[in-house]
Amino acid sequence: MTAFVGVILRDLRLARRQGADIAMTLAFFLVVVSLFPLGLGPSPDALARIAPAVLWVTALLAAMLSFDRLFQQDADDGGLDQLALAGLPLALIALAKAIAHWLTTGLPILILAPVMAIMLNLQADAYPALIAGLALGTPVVSLFGTVGAALVVGARRAGVLVALIVLPLLIPLLIFGVSAIEAAGAGLPVRSHLMFLGAILAGAVPLAPLAAGAALRQALE
Amino acid sequence: MVDASTLIAEDLSVSRGGRPVFAGLSLRVDPGGALRLAGPNGGGKSTVLRVVAGLLRPGHGAMSWGDRPVADDWDAHARRLAYLGHADALKSALTARENAAAALAILGRPTDGLAAAFTALDLDRLADLPAGWLSAGQRRRVALARVLAADATLWLLDEPTVGLDAASVAALEAAIAAHRARGGMVIAATHIALDLGGGDATLDPAAFAGSATARGEEAWT
Repeated sequence: MTAFVGVILRDLRLARRQGADIAMTLAFFLVVVSLFPLGLGPSPDALARIAPAVLWVTALLAAMLSFDRLFQQDADDGGLDQLALAGLPLALIALAKAIAHWLTTGLPILILAPVMAIMLNLQADAYPALIAGLALGTPVVSLFGTVGAALVVGARRAGVLVALIVLPLLIPLLIFGVSAIEAAGAGLPVRSHLMFLGAILAGAVPLAPLAAGAALRQALE
Repeated sequence: MVDASTLIAEDLSVSRGGRPVFAGLSLRVDPGGALRLAGPNGGGKSTVLRVVAGLLRPGHGAMSWGDRPVADDWDAHARRLAYLGHADALKSALTARENAAAALAILGRPTDGLAAAFTALDLDRLADLPAGWLSAGQRRRVALARVLAADATLWLLDEPTVGLDAASVAALEAAIAAHRARGGMVIAATHIALDLGGGDATLDPAAFAGSATARGEEAWT
């Protein structure tokens, strides 16, 4: 258990020291979202129409930026061997990594998204659905990303490869996340959409670390 | 340090990428004993260490600790060893002390021994500098301090003296002697005349490569 907490604390401390990594993810989110109002021109209705999709897609893309270094840094400097010798199953190491990743990437995006939504003229009633959807969805992104990152350890152009592996897996997340916001905007119940997101999260919490652990074992050999 | 016991590995065979590295390799280390892995580059010294650490699972053969097979509980095996790879496993953004303390926390080991280990390797002056500022030899010493402080029974050292000056080599030899006097065990891969103390055996994995080739061919026909 101390090893599990130790991995999370070390990754958080590293993220704080290398603050540029988090800042870059957030800046990417901010810049890309701001491009849409500029590209679409002065039509608030069109913006409000595409706002849910823009927020979700950009959040997914921003998270992708950070996956290539999730295990690669440890693999390069020998830290992965030490993690493997922590006396913990590699699946739990992967889960700890995913939690640290969510705290440094998913959580900041979750906090920033409502602010960005104002810029996109999102309807006022849709904010709870946006926040609830991202709260359920961003941990799934971190968990799936851990699997992708573990699979590409040692690969060339790992960052692109992770995105190619992980983004298709996140399509259900995108569909339910966006439809929750649209349902809320239209005054329809959002419960079923959020429950689907919750179900995906409930499945990903035990399964994704197992897959990532198996991929890490492969990377060690 | 808890359960010093005899480590025996019998008839280990490893192939990497379909190419046999060695076959039929056996080794034995008694409590308080030391084993030197020597031989040419590419001879399989690091591979032996990774197999003994449990990072690499051998294709054939078994290890036992006392009267129990190691394969019964790899996590327990990981908890009784300290592994120094050819990479130092240091994060450039963290200070030397933070690196060692975080690594020990992840390994689930107490950090009380850290101050003594830093003093033994003359690292007190460098403890609060970021690891990224240190020279190669200084980084090696920080990695060694982690091994010294890990309170492990079995030290697995892969070229521990790379980059070390004469004084540091002497400090390492003294630490190994003290470790063995307490019943600790050491397996070290090294080219130079590192003094492991009296009664150390020498093993050249390359001597088992010939039979590996023979076996590999046998397997193909």
